[in-house]
Amino acid sequence: MLDARDFQLLTEIQSGLPISPRPYHDIGLALGMSEAEVIERLAVLRQTGLIKRLGVIVKHRKLGYRANAMIVWNIPDAQVKMLGDRISRSSFVTLCYQRPRTPEWPYNLYCMIHGKDRGTVLAQLEQLSDDCDLQAFDREILFSRRCFKQRGALYRPVAPAPSAEFAHG
Amino acid sequence: MLTDLHKHLLNDFQRDFPLVERPYLEIANQLGVSEDAVLSALTELCNSQLISRIGPIIPPNQIGTSMLVAMAVPESELQRAADIISHYPEVNHNYERENRFNLWFVAVASTAEQLARVLDAIESETGYKTQRLPLLNDFHIDLGFRLDLTHA
Repeated sequence: MLDARDFQLLTEIQSGLPISPRPYHDIGLALGMSEAEVIERLAVLRQTGLIKRLGVIVKHRKLGYRANAMIVWNIPDAQVKMLGDRISRSSFVTLCYQRPRTPEWPYNLYCMIHGKDRGTVLAQLEQLSDDCDLQAFDREILFSRRCFKQRGALYRPVAPAPSAEFAHG
Repeated sequence: MLTDLHKHLLNDFQRDFPLVERPYLEIANQLGVSEDAVLSALTELCNSQLISRIGPIIPPNQIGTSMLVAMAVPESELQRAADIISHYPEVNHNYERENRFNLWFVAVASTAEQLARVLDAIESETGYKTQRLPLLNDFHIDLGFRLDLTHA
């Protein structure tokens, strides 16, 4: 579980670690924490999965990965976990989530593929469908067009007050 | 033009960033360059916006509660609806996608009640219904993104 100091620490680093010789020392100065405490808390947060990963966060679009497809399937509930786990093992899948169906949107499994162009993404999707036996299920492919907004969530809880970058909710 | 150092920094340190007093020195030692070279190259990558930052990825719903939302909006109304939605500080991603459900966004708030209030307000302000698609299961272990930088 997160305590108040973890919240403060995540808030402080969500916009990025300083690019300076002793970044954890610099963060600690801002928070009144020792360098050792910053390192120890980050290690625990990473170990327990409250930080999914810590490292360089690249900008796909700027690096030439401009085709971004969200693929949704309607998978029988009994199979969704097994197939979700299999899809996640694919090297080109960047997100894979189960969500509820709605009366107007009958899909329950979502994954995201980023590629350099549409053809590559579609080829990867066909390979994924073959590898994971997904051909029989209803699906839709939703390529992104305009990006209206993309930034870290401004998260304002009761107290304490962190703001954090979330994975795609 | 990306140097080999840039390419290594982009691909090799997306996870397991060193948790030691001098992490950039540790990276420098692994790559056989100086700490200064690493610091300058990372600053260049940040300035040219090829990396957004060095930081944490926090899974959804660990802090607060988040929701993926879809809306079907006529093309002529899309920009107006998107502007209304983007204006909310609770909204982070907001994309147009190729589908009859053509507007997709993620909203986060500290409580489910607060989140519902925001989405209710968005419905009444835009005049379109939301499909609320909360996360039930996250299957993906985020190991970062393998970039092909052969021609970069």
